[in-house]
Amino acid sequence: MKILTGNDLKSGAVVWWDGAGWSLHVNDAVDVGDDADTIAASEEAARRVNVPYAIEATRDDNGVRPAHIKDRVRALGPTVRPDLTLKPTQPEALDWIV
Amino acid sequence: MYKYDNYDQQMVDTRVEEFRDQAKRRLEGKITEDQFKPLRLMNGLYLQLHAYMLRVAIPYGTLNGAQMHALADIADKYDRGYGHFTTRQNIQYNWIKLEEAGDLLADLAKVEMHAIQTSGNCIRNISSDHFAGAARDELVDPRPYAELLRQWSSFHPEFMYLPRKFKIAVIAAETDRAAMRLHDIGIQIVKNDSGEIGASFYVGGGMGRTPMIAPQIRDFVPLDQLVTYAEACLRVYNRYGRRDNKYKARIKILVHEMGAEEYTRQVEEEFAHMLGQGVEPPLAEIERLRPYFADPAFVDGPKTCDHSDPDFALWVDRNTNAHKHDSYVSAVISLKPVGGIPGDATAEQMHLMADLAKEYSFDELRVMHTQNIVLPHVAISDLHALWTKLEAAGLGSPNLDTIEDIIACPGLDYCSLANARSIPLAQKISERFAASGKTGELGQLKLKISGCINACGHHHAGHIGILGVDKKGVENYQLSLGGSEAEDVALAKITGRGFDEAGVINAVETVTDVYLGAREDGERFLDTYRRIGMTPFKEALYD
Amino acid sequence: MTDLDTRPTAVQFRFRDDEMADHGTVTFDACCEQTNATAVRIEPGDDARALLPFLDRLALIEVNFPVFGDGRGYSSARLLREAGYTGELRAVGDVGIDQLLNMRRCGFDAFAPAEPLDESDAQAAFNRWPNVYQNTADGRRMITQLRHD
Repeated sequence: MKILTGNDLKSGAVVWWDGAGWSLHVNDAVDVGDDADTIAASEEAARRVNVPYAIEATRDDNGVRPAHIKDRVRALGPTVRPDLTLKPTQPEALDWIV
Repeated sequence: MYKYDNYDQQMVDTRVEEFRDQAKRRLEGKITEDQFKPLRLMNGLYLQLHAYMLRVAIPYGTLNGAQMHALADIADKYDRGYGHFTTRQNIQYNWIKLEEAGDLLADLAKVEMHAIQTSGNCIRNISSDHFAGAARDELVDPRPYAELLRQWSSFHPEFMYLPRKFKIAVIAAETDRAAMRLHDIGIQIVKNDSGEIGASFYVGGGMGRTPMIAPQIRDFVPLDQLVTYAEACLRVYNRYGRRDNKYKARIKILVHEMGAEEYTRQVEEEFAHMLGQGVEPPLAEIERLRPYFADPAFVDGPKTCDHSDPDFALWVDRNTNAHKHDSYVSAVISLKPVGGIPGDATAEQMHLMADLAKEYSFDELRVMHTQNIVLPHVAISDLHALWTKLEAAGLGSPNLDTIEDIIACPGLDYCSLANARSIPLAQKISERFAASGKTGELGQLKLKISGCINACGHHHAGHIGILGVDKKGVENYQLSLGGSEAEDVALAKITGRGFDEAGVINAVETVTDVYLGAREDGERFLDTYRRIGMTPFKEALYD
Repeated sequence: MTDLDTRPTAVQFRFRDDEMADHGTVTFDACCEQTNATAVRIEPGDDARALLPFLDRLALIEVNFPVFGDGRGYSSARLLREAGYTGELRAVGDVGIDQLLNMRRCGFDAFAPAEPLDESDAQAAFNRWPNVYQNTADGRRMITQLRHD
């Protein structure tokens, strides 16, 4: 599937398009199919997101997994600082990135 | 060290207001991201993997205790309690909000600091020798000249939209501690046959995807023409540097394609013209700057100290550098604890380093391009007390210039340009060698890791270099040998095919074993490599 | 020649009192070959020094910025002023608020931005910096001189 990501304009936080707005959690990301460019353009014009782009991802029972490691790092946080990731109490969650 | 006068303060204060205005226009939609990006970059604000990142300038790596305290406060107030010291003697924060950046800059301005031109296609922060003003082997203190160039390059109206970024380093010793010849312009302050001080210019060095060592283009520029000569170098570059391909836009490519001789001819022509244009600050300005960098009030004291504690003795042996006053040394605070993140310091550690600077080093600190911190003027009689406090805070690693003193860029953990992670590799290599106990036996061994071809981790200049690449979505690492950023400057050569993470850690151990087996008396890794060549290392790695 | 409206009506900011010349009627190449042109448009890749023999007859030099990130026009402007050109130096093309003052400091005294700029933002930009660190073409003395007056 194709999902849309970017950064919040004001805070810079990594965000994912959930069909109605922008979520901090990659698991909320929805398949945007052929609408990526349209959504990206209108959301960027409304300044709700900065430099949005579409990426390949897969969804299984564990959630949404971006195809490229860079977006998995973005989704969770720096692997060298588990305390600063979105799952600070689950250092084993970092295994998901690699 | 330098202290702002009203003019300097007005410049940074005005800059804060200008940036607030630019950010406001962006948030209101008056300018697009395409228009805003170069503006925010010229103020050090990147959009990185997780958030905005702000790079704060530490001109020529020198700062005082109050400034270090302020950097710590910023880490707590605007970031997540830490900062990352970089290979160009700056500090960067990883979790900044655009809407708070103006306030952060205002806080910086209160302690005479800023983020001006820490990114963008303009003249960047001027770097220098981290032992400037303290080293026994320097001709003069290079920092007054660096400060003169800092002011000249700040908001230079002709050079804000260069073909590409532009980095200048200034040194004044034969020993090069600033990677001078790997800069766009490297300046060495020298003395000519008549005993006059002047500047030797090297132009067109750099790392990145096409590493080059800068050729000398002028052996002596009189001091009252220093700025004019730099301006001529920049103008020729601004007019003729390539703009059709960002990967060929650095001045090193211009100098290479045009030839150093032709580039020099054009600079000299421009220089002759510009001498009549009044661009040079009056000589009185250099005379005004010099006293700011005068020696602190050194006091004669013991020239040795008790080395009976072996841990202390090891730290003194490895982490101190000869000082021009024989009762003092420059002491290096390692930001490379075994298994740690190279160059990272917590707010708490920054506060402590600031306090120690005040207590033991005339309130002065330096940032090294190797991502460590220097207390430049420590009385030998204070060394044990200093070391004891550093040890207690986890800042006493005795590993300067050893294989544990690894330079690593932020890599794929933080950087949007990276192809592979750098930090975990540095952590695992330092752990491997600390555990094996070979660190000391290996002596000086500079290992440098970059997470992409842009080479922020200086891998081309590592005795051992590692470059992270993306191999079909999987991190892969290329090993190279034989580089040096110092006065024996050289570019490293790739050993052969790359490795996965575990493989490259083993490969580093393999090449160090080849060195230990082949070295002759007194040889460093680099010396042995230069004597025996690549073949024995390749055979050990791949056969 | 790119199709830019740089007629007098498109000039948004001007710091001269003389009568405005029309737009840059010829290209750089044509100017160098033709002896009677009084207004020329130069592009980033043109060598401004080649115009020096004709400066006496030129009343207007337009320097085009096709994209604001291409900074060659700043050097062109300074070169022309350093050579004694006193006619109108007009920045045209992709000229934004945040480029105005640097252009002014390099010697531009007229601006015809492709997209009209907000007047109050522009005035704020022109007047923002009370002092400067460099001697360029705007006649302002640099801080390093003011300190020693």
